[in-house]
Amino acid sequence: MAQTLFDKIWDAHVVEKIPNGPSVLYIDKHFIHEVTSPQAFKGIEKRGLPLFRPKQTIATADHNVPTLNQHLPIKDQLSKMQVDQLIENCEKHGVELYGLGHPYQGIVHVIGPELGITQPGMTIVCGDSHTSTHGAFGTIAFGIGTSEVEMVFASQCVLQTKPKTMRINIEGNLPNGVVSKDIILYIIAKISASGATGYFVEYAGSTIRSLSMEARMTICNMSIEMGARGGMIAPDEITFNYIKGRIYAPKGADWDKQLANWKKLYSDQDAIFDAEININAAEIAPMITYGTNPGLGMAIDGNIPLTESITNEGEKKNLAQALTYMGLNSGAALLGMPVQHVFIGSCTNSRIEDLRLVAELVKGRKKHESVKVMIVPGSQQVAKQVHAEGLDRIFSEAGFQIRQAGCSACLGMNEDKIPAGEYCISTSNRNFEGRQGAGARTLLASPLTAAAAAITGVVTDVRELINHN
Amino acid sequence: MQALQQIKSSFVPLPIENVDTDQIIPARFLKATTRDGFGKNLFRDWRYEQDDETKPKPDFVLNQRIFSGEILVAGKNFGCGSSREHAAWALLDYGFKAVVSSFFADIFKNNALNNGVLPVIVSDDFLQQIFALSATDTISIDVAAQTITIDATGAQASFELNPYKKTCLLNGYDDIDFLISRKTSIEQFELEKV
Ligand code: SF4
Repeated sequence: MAQTLFDKIWDAHVVEKIPNGPSVLYIDKHFIHEVTSPQAFKGIEKRGLPLFRPKQTIATADHNVPTLNQHLPIKDQLSKMQVDQLIENCEKHGVELYGLGHPYQGIVHVIGPELGITQPGMTIVCGDSHTSTHGAFGTIAFGIGTSEVEMVFASQCVLQTKPKTMRINIEGNLPNGVVSKDIILYIIAKISASGATGYFVEYAGSTIRSLSMEARMTICNMSIEMGARGGMIAPDEITFNYIKGRIYAPKGADWDKQLANWKKLYSDQDAIFDAEININAAEIAPMITYGTNPGLGMAIDGNIPLTESITNEGEKKNLAQALTYMGLNSGAALLGMPVQHVFIGSCTNSRIEDLRLVAELVKGRKKHESVKVMIVPGSQQVAKQVHAEGLDRIFSEAGFQIRQAGCSACLGMNEDKIPAGEYCISTSNRNFEGRQGAGARTLLASPLTAAAAAITGVVTDVRELINHN
Repeated sequence: MQALQQIKSSFVPLPIENVDTDQIIPARFLKATTRDGFGKNLFRDWRYEQDDETKPKPDFVLNQRIFSGEILVAGKNFGCGSSREHAAWALLDYGFKAVVSSFFADIFKNNALNNGVLPVIVSDDFLQQIFALSATDTISIDVAAQTITIDATGAQASFELNPYKKTCLLNGYDDIDFLISRKTSIEQFELEKV
């Protein structure tokens, strides 16, 4: 029978199906970080259990870490305790840790792929919703809660009910100034923040095929923002070339063997999906969000919807509340609105390609004096490459502050926060109330749109700057 | 995990859609290494002015004395966003045993069930009926029968619950015990497939 990509990988990992219940799903790789793992370690210790397969778990510290002076002790005592606890737990239980100061340290969803740990056909979990990022390699990758982290520690399995499948086909060439972040913001705006709840999404079509691995990761990363359990893309030559030669990639005869398996990972021609959506790439413009969930987004030159025009009472209230928090008016345009901060980073857009894109636009230009610009590489390795390619010079000449690897201002947990009431154009993935700090107002956009605002100090249509070039 | 069979309680209405886990428990409170004590920071930024416990926001429902109970009733897409299980811990620690909504985010639903907090999915219409009740009205939830009843009107709806999860909830079993009992088949699977 014709199978979807999802079905092929799922079926190959079911240890057992509980009658009338979930399946016992075997997990190939498990990533952990300091925030969602301590209670799980405590849990198995309380049960007197060892880690079942410690070699299949990889740890890093990212959420809580400062992004300046990482060689110094962490100032915030609670953050320090959590990071120290991770070190202690990893040592005690034999887990490989790429902690602070390690050359492989970085945001968990950036380091997995760049080290070649993430490989097609795998099942991957992490106590973090953006685990969906790894789906770009043709994996079933999804976020789990801490109880489930404990399950993986104890058994290398989780109990999962098989989700429904959805395919989103995107065809055609992307217009000028439009990048992969715009594609995903466009999709979420179209189907809403809950539009894919209960589904696992496969992204397909000629537009997707033409994208680099880094651009594909940006798209899969935000699958969770429309409620999807995860997102995936069938692996192809672009995928294989990306993986080849990386630290954990298979080598020699093993490579040939794996490659032959990976080439079987695609949805069969007449595979049936529970839902299908078609999108024409030509319709997509640079996107920006105006509300407090990622579904409240629009083309950069658009207008915020009028609250009166919304018929559903719940949605109307939701929009009104969001606009009050954001200090924005229903019906207004965003173009030309001043912003105080630009944040370029997070597991959505902090890879070398994102930073190259930004550098290309800002080269020879300076940031506007009224904005603070933070650029935060996703990993130590990305930071190293930024330096090797001389991008750091371009950024410092532009007046951008380059920081060290971590989640940074993506979530208000570490020192990098946006002050209450101020606007930040951010390349991250969430614009929830208080996400970037209590009272902070987030406008999600692509790295290009963020860089454009850094230069002009206002919400800007990057296509105008490109045309000027 | 505590077993959960029946709840009869007044409720706390939160008629807001897309309540994300960053609102349920803001990131800055995730620095603990245990599961306890999150209740006092539940909905922290909706509850207090300027993060100050001496300045409760009077119009937020948790600060309104008239509303109390073990059941939280919320607008659709409750628990979206971050996978932080701390959201379920905070609700439980505060004293909620069930959340009623017309739609839940997937990860939250799992996290809640894994901690003995019951997500009850009802129709939009039923949800509006609850929001229309007065603060003293009670709601009864029967896990075994999978029903939710508005005691004052007798209006009843049934809700979905996976039979496996139902057994766990009724008996206070957790998934980890189950998985450990499957070790032999997991090892067998590894030999064959990995
Ligand atoms: S960068 Fe942001 S979204 Fe990504 S893992 Fe870190 S906190 Fe989560």
